[in-house]
Amino acid sequence: MTNSIHDMGGTHGFGPVVPEPNEPAFHEDWEKRVYALQRAMGATGLWTIDGGRASLENLPPLAYLDASYYKRWFLGLEHRVVAHGLVGEDEIAAGRMLRPGIRLNRKLTRDDAKAMSFSNYDRSAPGPARFKAGDAVRTRNIHPATHTRLPRYARGKLGAVEAVRGCHVFPDTAAIGAGENPQWLYTVVFTGRELWGEEADPGIKVSIDAFEPYLSPA
Amino acid sequence: MPADNHTHDHDSELSEMQLRVRALETILTEKGYVDPAALDQIVENVETRIGPHIGARVVARAWVDPDFKRRLLADATEAVNSVAEFDPVGAHLIAVENTPQTHNVVVCTLCSCYPWPVLGLPPVWYKSAPYRSRTVIDPKGVLADFGVSLPPDTDIRIWDSTAETRFLVVPMRPAGTEGWNEDALAALVTRDSMVGTGLPKSPEENKAEAAG
Repeated sequence: MTNSIHDMGGTHGFGPVVPEPNEPAFHEDWEKRVYALQRAMGATGLWTIDGGRASLENLPPLAYLDASYYKRWFLGLEHRVVAHGLVGEDEIAAGRMLRPGIRLNRKLTRDDAKAMSFSNYDRSAPGPARFKAGDAVRTRNIHPATHTRLPRYARGKLGAVEAVRGCHVFPDTAAIGAGENPQWLYTVVFTGRELWGEEADPGIKVSIDAFEPYLSPA
Repeated sequence: MPADNHTHDHDSELSEMQLRVRALETILTEKGYVDPAALDQIVENVETRIGPHIGARVVARAWVDPDFKRRLLADATEAVNSVAEFDPVGAHLIAVENTPQTHNVVVCTLCSCYPWPVLGLPPVWYKSAPYRSRTVIDPKGVLADFGVSLPPDTDIRIWDSTAETRFLVVPMRPAGTEGWNEDALAALVTRDSMVGTGLPKSPEENKAEAAG
């Protein structure tokens, strides 16, 4: 979902940021296993990174806010393996396998993990880029019921293209199984006053990386 | 502790989570979807191999080698991957340079996007609601939470990581480090200084820490 609790930019009331000195990579052993399960199941290629994000955004707002970061990942992963037919609800309840698994195209090995390969979201361009650095653009005022990476605080705002970042997988379609649909990506910069009004500090600028369908010429 | 303000009983949540995670791992392993040895390796990668020491080397290299710095700012993925002693990083790494005029800060308001191949896993505060909500509207307030105050005429530029691009801040080289080599400089580069919520250590701070 798009207008859900995950889209936090500009929200008041969450209190101060509290850094933890000498913070460890993980605070609990189960967090390590959740992190590793998420990476390993991601490597099966059954869902995209955007599909994974969408499953977290679909958590009920109170559950999202109440869960620690890795609990949120766990809830999203548990939901996804059931939704993709990999594991039955009855098996989750039983805490063990009740029937054999289905065959997957890819299973991450220790050697794969050791090689630390990285996903690449660059794709060949379907056509020329519509905008260039220096162009004035206005972000569209969209509120899709499905996944998007255009944050609410930056919708319908006047900005300037600062850089063209190549052509990438489009999250809005990739998240819902509607294909990679590659789109040009731009760094678009806004003044603090455009985003937050006359009272905003004039020395602040904020940029997002925006896919071409998020932008109109201005 | 997770920074998303919790009010419930932590002990019971932890034991419940231990059980639930163990059950899911067992099911996924029994069904042949995951290999526990691969899971161990994934954890080992983030606990021992990748972390802010990598980014600190990249920044220190940029401070001593103007050609590397130029290439880093032009295409950080290419620049980092061209140095054999650095572990390779994925595509779309972008380095942004702090100057006396502009201070850069990186955030992900929508989730937790972070340049982990050069900085390791993000700290809890980076993924927390306070950081994600306030950085784009009140960056000076957030910097104050970190004890950072900049000269009043410094512009602040926030980079919201809304796509698969990832941002690494190249902080300004501290005064009093003329003639220092790359290793000595890397020791001054903190994780937070590469996110923009901190500044590199001064030679004096570093000396005091080493003595303390």
